Amino acid sequence: MAKSHKPVVWFPFAAGGTVIAFCIPVIVLLTFLAALGHVPAGLGYEKLHAFAGNGLGKLILFGVVALSLWSSAHRLRCTCFDFGLRADTLVATVLYLAAIIGSIASALFLLRI
Amino acid sequence: MSRRPLVREVPPTTWYFRHPRYLRYMSREITSIFIGAYCVLLVVGLQRLSAGPAAWEGFLAALRSPASVVFQFLCLVAAVYHAATWFNATQKAMPLQIGEDFVPGNVISGAHYAAWVVLSVVVLLLAGVF
Amino acid sequence: MKEILVQLEVLRYNPDTDTEAHFQRYELTCPEEWVVLDALNKVKADIDPTLNYRWSCHMAVCGSCGMMINGEPKLSCHAFLRDYEGVIRVEPLAHFPVERDLVTAPDDFMEKLKRVKPYIIPKEQKPISEGEYKQTPAQLMKFRQYSMCINCMLCYAACPEYGLTPSFIGPAALTLAHRYNIDSRDGGRKERQEVVATHEGVWECTFVGACSEVCPAHVDPASALQQMKITSSIDWIVEHLIPGGKS
Repeated sequence: MAKSHKPVVWFPFAAGGTVIAFCIPVIVLLTFLAALGHVPAGLGYEKLHAFAGNGLGKLILFGVVALSLWSSAHRLRCTCFDFGLRADTLVATVLYLAAIIGSIASALFLLRI
Repeated sequence: MSRRPLVREVPPTTWYFRHPRYLRYMSREITSIFIGAYCVLLVVGLQRLSAGPAAWEGFLAALRSPASVVFQFLCLVAAVYHAATWFNATQKAMPLQIGEDFVPGNVISGAHYAAWVVLSVVVLLLAGVF
Repeated sequence: MKEILVQLEVLRYNPDTDTEAHFQRYELTCPEEWVVLDALNKVKADIDPTLNYRWSCHMAVCGSCGMMINGEPKLSCHAFLRDYEGVIRVEPLAHFPVERDLVTAPDDFMEKLKRVKPYIIPKEQKPISEGEYKQTPAQLMKFRQYSMCINCMLCYAACPEYGLTPSFIGPAALTLAHRYNIDSRDGGRKERQEVVATHEGVWECTFVGACSEVCPAHVDPASALQQMKITSSIDWIVEHLIPGGKS
């Protein structure tokens, strides 16, 4: 019974869960308003492109997306187990890989802005 | 000393129907499906943003489809539920002892809610919602 | 004293004669102030002396009488008849093997309690001649809540992860480890980490929180486990990412 390396996945999960809790609701509210046809000024191309154009904006967007992806992946892994899907190693690999690919993709897109 | 103990199996796929608190737990966990899917949407959004104004307008237009409206609403519910359960849980992980007493848990959660509201209002202001 | 009609549906299992459990219905009148344990005692005294169950103090301090009452882990001495309507289903505590009727085999729990080294491991051994290990009231308050566990196992019955993964060390045992880890007289946290920071230790927990909801002693095991996840994560960073770091 050796000590586990779970902290590697749990610490970012905890950080991501905090980021999701603080940031995602208001972001969803913005896209929900856009979906209803009332696009907030901040989601217009000019303003958003300007925000994502500067270094701090990139960092914030990357941090929110990457940590939220990771946290959701970890929670989804545990949820699969709770739903009876016992192939934990396979599920973990697929989900964490998806989170990593999503994070790398975000970084690449942000760097292009 | 057990002669022949009776072992009661836990049904691995339906155990959470046995008690309302398990259903509450599973609803909290299921928010990760919506939030995960929403994050994928955000990644797509970033790609559209990086591809120019026409691509971005296309993204905003796609958001207006009926399916998207429903999805956005469900994600909003999931995100708020996640936030509430997360803030309520945080007080358990960070006990604050002052002398012989502990800061009440709902003060710690309350501080999180307050910060959340302030941050959200600031973001909405910066985004020109009001 | 007002008497009420009580209907109990009790799980029966005789290891000598049964391969499966079955339910037995008992109907009796009881004073409305009684608890389920009182009703069981009356059943055993007046109706069916073959019914088996554990109990002792009848005041929610010994932890002996834990059972599932309408699907909820409760101390039967702490489950008031007036809070129930209709037939009350009484079953042995979930997630433990049943020895006979309402009596479970707590061996797994007992072994796990021992595994976490639930005793003071002093930072430095001191001979008695050097006097006591001193502790301020504030230092006591830090861990006092976690020392209130009565080993009733309701938390194990409530924890779905323990039900799904029986190798999980579980809420009470891990909380006991935390109780000693944060005791100012103790220096054994690193030793206990070998048990606590494993897959079967704190990392099996997904913070369902059912354990704290059912605990009759208000120990709040869920909080202890989350705090240990944080300290274990910090340990890991120190051990693996900081050159020369030791937890």
